[in-house]
Amino acid sequence: MNAARKTKRARAGSPAAARKKKAEAAVMMSAEKLTKRFGGVVALDSLELELRQGEILGLIGPNGSGKTTFFNVVTGIYPANDGHVRFDGADITNASPQSVYHAGIARTFQRSRLSLPLSIFDNIMIGNHARLNQGLWFNLISRAAFKQEFEESFETARELVHIFDAPLADRMFDPVAGLPMIDRRRIEICRALISQPKLLLLDEPSAGMTHEETAQLMDDILEVRGRMEGLSIIIVEHEMGVIERITERCVVLNFGRKIAEGTFKQISNDREVQEAYLGIE
Amino acid sequence: MNSGEKQTPATLWPALAGTALTIVYVILLLKVESQTEVIGLLVVGALAILATSWSGHLARAGQALTHHESILHLLVIFGALVIIGFFREDHFTLLLLTTVMLYVLATLGLNLQFGYAGVLNFAGASFFGIGGYTAAVLGAHTPVPDLLIILAGGVMAALIGSILLLPVLRTRGHYAAVVTIAFALLFKVFLEVNDILGGPQGLQVPGMEMFGWKFNNNIEIGALELSFYVNYLIVILLVLIAAFALVRRLERSWVGLNLDALRLDETAATCFGLNIVRWKVTAFLLGNFLIGIAGALSGMVIGFVAPTSFTFADSLILVSIVLLGGIGNVWGLVLATAIVVIIPEKLQAIQEYRFLLYAAMVMLMLLFRPEGLLPRPVRHYFPGWRPK
Ligand SMILES: Nc1ncnc2c1ncn2[C@@H]1O[C@H](COP(=O)(O)OP(=O)(O)OP(=O)(O)O)[C@@H](O)[C@H]1O
Ligand SMILES: [Mg+2]
Repeated sequence: MNAARKTKRARAGSPAAARKKKAEAAVMMSAEKLTKRFGGVVALDSLELELRQGEILGLIGPNGSGKTTFFNVVTGIYPANDGHVRFDGADITNASPQSVYHAGIARTFQRSRLSLPLSIFDNIMIGNHARLNQGLWFNLISRAAFKQEFEESFETARELVHIFDAPLADRMFDPVAGLPMIDRRRIEICRALISQPKLLLLDEPSAGMTHEETAQLMDDILEVRGRMEGLSIIIVEHEMGVIERITERCVVLNFGRKIAEGTFKQISNDREVQEAYLGIE
Repeated sequence: MNSGEKQTPATLWPALAGTALTIVYVILLLKVESQTEVIGLLVVGALAILATSWSGHLARAGQALTHHESILHLLVIFGALVIIGFFREDHFTLLLLTTVMLYVLATLGLNLQFGYAGVLNFAGASFFGIGGYTAAVLGAHTPVPDLLIILAGGVMAALIGSILLLPVLRTRGHYAAVVTIAFALLFKVFLEVNDILGGPQGLQVPGMEMFGWKFNNNIEIGALELSFYVNYLIVILLVLIAAFALVRRLERSWVGLNLDALRLDETAATCFGLNIVRWKVTAFLLGNFLIGIAGALSGMVIGFVAPTSFTFADSLILVSIVLLGGIGNVWGLVLATAIVVIIPEKLQAIQEYRFLLYAAMVMLMLLFRPEGLLPRPVRHYFPGWRPK
């Protein structure tokens, strides 16, 4: 298969099948000509990307190809040099991380970024910010109302954790610092999911875990998605087994450019993709 | 978790006995004069703590009390009243006790800023001073009632502190600390050259008066005569209880969680919608408000304010109390303040070297026990609450 032709085809439009699929669900998020430079490094090079509602998209590519940078630009941590990000009908290019979160995008981090001295519950509640009453009067004075919100949030958080690991749900007030990596990853995903986002960005959720643990985590993610109507997911992952199993479509990056796009089967047969991964795969 | 469910009232006995012993110990320590006795008591105290923590009694008593928090609160208030009652005629010791309580109040504010929000404030003594000077000026020149003057001290400290907001928010970590140091130094110079505020001599602060009750008169109840300091101690105790409750509630709410989140990882916090500026400002202003209130009360108790009372060194003492006690732990503040204020006062031999000792203590602490004397436990929004 000719890679150049394939890329062109992806850009020019899509084959009939994909077009039909597109008609089924609305476009949730899109990047247009998105570019990010760090000095001389072009981390994102005119990236074009589309995500439909309810879709699980795999974002793959060799180390340093710009996957994490894409997440950081979308979530407003870094400003883009050029291009646009649209989400749910609005232009969110260079919006603040806060407004991106309020718009309905939640994420996890490649290097787990939990607040280690805090409890499991506290960490998850950090992700629930938008749904909690942040008024000073409510928090300090009307403690009865606060208690009610606290109890409701506790129940929601506990149920969410329970999907990932039942025993963990009984330890909601344990500090995160003492937990193994798999539990930390689970809690980070719960922290992102608790606010019921429309789009979940997962940056290597299986890093530092065994094969079995990874498989289990993916089952749990799929289960949660089954419960959350219309949740879209972009997942960055190095383990190709995972990508094959859970994604419906993949975008492959190399040096910040999109070099291929399609189902896992399509991209894994792609020459350019194979070359980019040479020595890695 | 399990130990919590098995708690029975019986397990409170060691805690009650411990409280009784602690009250007796504090009274003895405050009472004795001879240096050998003081040293002896300190050694006994240190050994007792080591022994009970080794045997596990200390941890168990602490656990029992954190599960029965209202009992703990009552015991502490009771203990304070017993100690005040015991020294009812002893001006010197009572003044020492007011100092301890006002420092606890001030470090509660500092703890909001540093312990929760992670904003280092090396100008604590300056904000304390602003409270004191506010009390002096309002007390001497206006008919404002004293309760309002106390509040005004806090408000002034918060207002003047807001000058620092921009640099504190703009810069991160140590640079913000440097800004507060500069403020502390400038503040002292400003007071010294300002004739309206009395220059280097400072100002007199009128004594407190509430509902016609003059606080600077000794209290006579029948044959019983109490030092006028008892007046102040009662008011200070009430203010301290209110401030303590406020800080506790704040810690055990989404606000406390927000402050922890932004201190521990600002970037992650912004990715979950947290408005960093709003919460840092809240913590900084509220912290300075508490420090200012402590300063206003202090001015009224002592009767005068002068630039030499609000030096950078005093600010350092406040910071070292927070570091020593256990960053973010309110009970740690009480313990650390008691140690830092009372011991040098009783042990004359070390008075000259007190700063050296504080420095050594803080350094040893940071090296060997960075979480402080009483490390902060994980947040429980409603102590004793269990999921259904
Ligand atoms: N904050 C930054 N400052 C400078 N350069 C950066 C920064 N962040 C990323 N880069 C550079 O941008 C490029 C893309 O990095 P990025 O982290 O997005 O890659 P990645 O695809 O996530 O890689 P990995 O699989 O290793 O996580 C790399 O060359 C990296 O060195
Ligand atoms: Mg990455």
